[in-house]
This record gives sequence, C-alpha cells and structure tokens, in this order.
Amino acid sequence: MRAILLHLHPVRVSEQSIRFNRTFGLGGMAALLILIQLITGILLRFYYTPVPSEAYNSVVFTRTQVLFGQFVRNIHYWSGVFLLLVAFLHFLRVFLTGAYRDTRKINWLFGLFLLVLIVLLNFTGYLLPWDQLAYWAITVSTNIIGYFPLIGESLRTAVLAGNELNAETLRTFFTFHTAVLPFLLLLLVMYHFWRVRKAGGIMLPVSAEKGEMVPSMPNLVFKEFIVALVLIAVLFTFSVFFNAPLLEKANPAYSLNPTKAPWYFAGVQELLMHFHPFFAAFIIPVGVVVFLAWIPYAKYDVPANGHWFISPAGKKSSADTARFSAIITIAGILFNEYILNFETMLSPVPAFISNGILPMLILAGFMAAYYKYYLKKLSLPKAETVQAVFVFITVSFIVLTIVGIFFRGKDMALAFPWNV
Amino acid sequence: MKKLQNKDKKPVPVKTEPINRRDFFNKAWKGLGILAGIEVIAMLGGFMFSGKPKNNPVNKQLLEAGLVDTFAKNSVSAFMGGRFFLARQSDGGFIALSLRCTHLGCSIAWEEDKKRFICPCHSSAFDISGEVLNPPAARALDYYPVIIENNMVKVDIGTLVERSSFKKDQLQYA
Repeated sequence: MRAILLHLHPVRVSEQSIRFNRTFGLGGMAALLILIQLITGILLRFYYTPVPSEAYNSVVFTRTQVLFGQFVRNIHYWSGVFLLLVAFLHFLRVFLTGAYRDTRKINWLFGLFLLVLIVLLNFTGYLLPWDQLAYWAITVSTNIIGYFPLIGESLRTAVLAGNELNAETLRTFFTFHTAVLPFLLLLLVMYHFWRVRKAGGIMLPVSAEKGEMVPSMPNLVFKEFIVALVLIAVLFTFSVFFNAPLLEKANPAYSLNPTKAPWYFAGVQELLMHFHPFFAAFIIPVGVVVFLAWIPYAKYDVPANGHWFISPAGKKSSADTARFSAIITIAGILFNEYILNFETMLSPVPAFISNGILPMLILAGFMAAYYKYYLKKLSLPKAETVQAVFVFITVSFIVLTIVGIFFRGKDMALAFPWNV
Repeated sequence: MKKLQNKDKKPVPVKTEPINRRDFFNKAWKGLGILAGIEVIAMLGGFMFSGKPKNNPVNKQLLEAGLVDTFAKNSVSAFMGGRFFLARQSDGGFIALSLRCTHLGCSIAWEEDKKRFICPCHSSAFDISGEVLNPPAARALDYYPVIIENNMVKVDIGTLVERSSFKKDQLQYA
C-alpha cells in the first residue's frame, strides 16, 4: 500500500505545494469520484438490462428489490453530478492561477478533453433509466445537434441510430457509457496526472519561497486522506437523503411540460430560447471551445506568475467583468422574454436575421463598448485581457445554466424556483 | 539548390545518397504500419456501420386509417400507433401530420377548443394544416403521404416528408 502511494507521488514535495487552498484538492477529488463511479457503475450493471422494454423495470427492480440498490444508484447519480462540478471548478482554478502555459499547454488541452468526456459520460448515462425524464431530455438534446450546419441532421441520426430514440440508441449509449468512455477516461486521467508530474508538480506563485521539501508520506498522503474522507461523507449523506430522479416509464406519445435538457446543457438550452439555433447550438458553443483551446497558445508579454487572477489589477478587472457579464446576461434574458421579441416583432424577416444576426450584433456591440470604455482604459497586459474574456464567458454560462435549471417552469416560461 | 552556378561550367550533378538497407527497411516498416492502420480503421468503420439499420425511407408501409366519411371536415384524429394525426381540412382535404414538433422533437398534442396543435416543451403552436402559428418552431409539421383508394384513407408511414411551409398540393382529396 505504502509502495503504491509512493509510486503515485514523488518521495518529497515542497511544503508550499501541499497547502490545501493552493488547489483545494479538486483534481484529487475528481480522481476519487471517477473511482467511485467505476465501482458503483459496475455494481449497477449486474442488474441493468439495456433494452427499452426491460430497462426501466430493471432500474425499478434495483431500487426496490436489491439490498442497497437505491443507495448504490444514488451514489452513482450524485457522484456523476459532483464529478462534473468538481471538474469544472478544477478547470476554473487551473485557468485563474495561470497553470496553462509553457510545459502545461498540452495538459490544458487534455484537461478540456477530459471535461468533454465527463459531460459525454453524464449524457450517455442520462438515457439509461428509460423514464420520461431521460427520454425527453435526450430527445431535446439530440435535436439540438440537428441544427449544426451541413452535418447536423446526419450526425443526429448517427447518434440516435435512427430518426428518433429506439432500441438501437439505448444499446449504443449503453456501450459508450459502460465501455468506450470509461476506458478513454481512465487512460487520459493517467496521462493527465503524469503530465503534472512532468511539469514539476502543481503551479506555485513565483513570489512564494520554495519552502522546505518534506516527505510525501505522511505530509501529502494524510491531507489527501482527509479530503477523501470528507468527500465520501458528503456524497453518502447526499445519497441517503436525496434520491436520484426516476419518473414513469418513457412514453413516446406524451411529452413532459416543460421538457428540459440535462442540467449541464441547461445553459445551451437557455441560449436556444433567445437565439436562432444556428447561433445558440453551433456558433456560440464552437466559438467558446475554440477560444478555450487557443488560450495556452496565445502570445503573452509577461510570463505566468501563478498568482490568483495574476495581479490586484487583474482581480479588480475580473470582478468588474463578472458583474458586467451577470448583469448583461440577466438583462438580456428579461428583455428578450418580456419586452422585445425580435422574431415576432420582425416576422417578415427570416428568423436567421431577426433572431440570429441582429441579437448577436447587439450583444457584440455591448461587449465592444465595455472593452473600449472600460477594459482598454486599464491598459492590462494581454493575459489579463484574455482572463477578462474568460470570466465574461464563464459567468454568463453559469447564469444561463442557473436560469435554465431553476427559473424555467411550465411552457418554459420564466418562473420563480418555488413555482417550477 | 543551385544546379548551375555559371553557364560556362558544366552542370553539377545532384548527389543523392544511395539508399542503404537500414533506410529501406525503416521506410518499409513505416509504410506497412500505415497500411495496417488504414486496414484497422476500415475494418472498424465497416464493423460499426454495416450492421446498423439503413435509414431507407423508400419502403412503403401503408396503414389503413378508415373510410373517408368517418372523418368529419375540420377535425383531427390521433393515430398514436402510427405516430401521426390525420387532419381533415375544412375543404375536405386530408393530411397526415407527424406528431414530432419541428423545433426539438417533442410530441405535440391537439387542442380541440382552440383548433391548434401545441408542443408542451417550448409552446410552439401549429394550425390544422401543420403551419406554424407560434415560434420557436420555424418549420411546418412534417407529414406522411396520404393515398385514397376506393374511399379508403391510407397513410404511408414509411415515408416522412419534410417541408418549410404548408402548400395546397400537400392535401389529398377523395
């Protein structure tokens, strides 16, 4: 046991790098959650039948007839949710401490790919219970794919293995969820860890003194042990008190009102309420991904220093941008919902222009004005400008997701969370 | 590379290293490796896609809906098994509308009192001919071809027709 632990860690680590609030242990938590997912996933597979006529019954059977069935299913569900959240926070921490440059460039890209894999794992798992929630959420999400230009419709039918959800879809999703994706995830996670070691451990602020080198055992290992125990305690408590959702069996003839995409796509779905699908489902998401992949390869004038938000000025510009982003996103949603609906107002104009190009231009105008009259005046170094854009996108995405999950009620109209 | 430095001088022949055995085998192995890679990819592709059901809408699949007179004008009858609504317009024309909303694929429902189809997911609305009354849906409802023979209404549920808007010639008359 000791040998394995020491094989995973360097023998000695800098005292500086193992302070909890340096990383909040997020990467380690993600690794532990993946392990828990594997174990509970394997357990659930012993009772699950990936056939539409049987799938739902087998889940109900697991819940009601199997000792600890409900509990294991809950752990699997909640660790999936936690994993996505933890991975997202990890991604924020890595960016905001500047740990994506020089030798870490490749690892940033692999990290992004891991995030995508985790989303796909969540997504393919969402269908498996074959209840109303699963059926309609996957229907709606796969129809969003259909709006990609040119390849959209064929990609959608390829994902579904047909024109709508069928037995083939379930079998494909099951194979990806329980074989292809976990295998890829494990391989890439190992590589991801190895690259961190190759980069000389985690990113440290340049100003911090190197600190004493201390043996990993017990200094680092004990800290990890405590984080793991707390995480498991929280996860199990959650799983005792909150059941993973399961509605009635899927019924293709009857849609839920409202039908929502899975929660991590709620932001995209919220965008779809305001923009023509070509922009909401394609231009904006692809633009964001390209931007994220470009970040480590941009030319920066100052080397990364490992400080949160780079500098006090960076901290201030980030905070202001976060506020600006939250306000403009909320204002945009309310404005489009209650005051101005371009699509109905300008009905003779094609929706592509009235509901796509026009609102995009308005949004771009606001952003340009913000850049010109505020950000530019601060004459920030490039890394801090990129950081401001990153903060803008992230905050806007979080706000859209929260609105999509908690503030959309019947007929997808805006409503307060207690009425949803 | 300058082959000729001066016109007076004779052209200098370009020196090529004679390929030695090690180079030859290295290149051969690389070539074979690429070939093997292509074969594996082709095999995987063939394996993955050849067994999937073909999305062939050519095969006709006729479903007998009923005699013409059993459907009143300006009325809608649901055929959940065939996944369509048979809508008879006020002028007597028939159209078989898919129950899949053209926005994000939810199942629409007919509201008799308001004489419209409504999608519960994002409240798109369609009239009795399938034309969009209310966005976010941007296209009229898809339909299945109707064939009327010997006073019997038949619907070809093997052929789904997509359209951007309603046109008169999409209706079938007895």
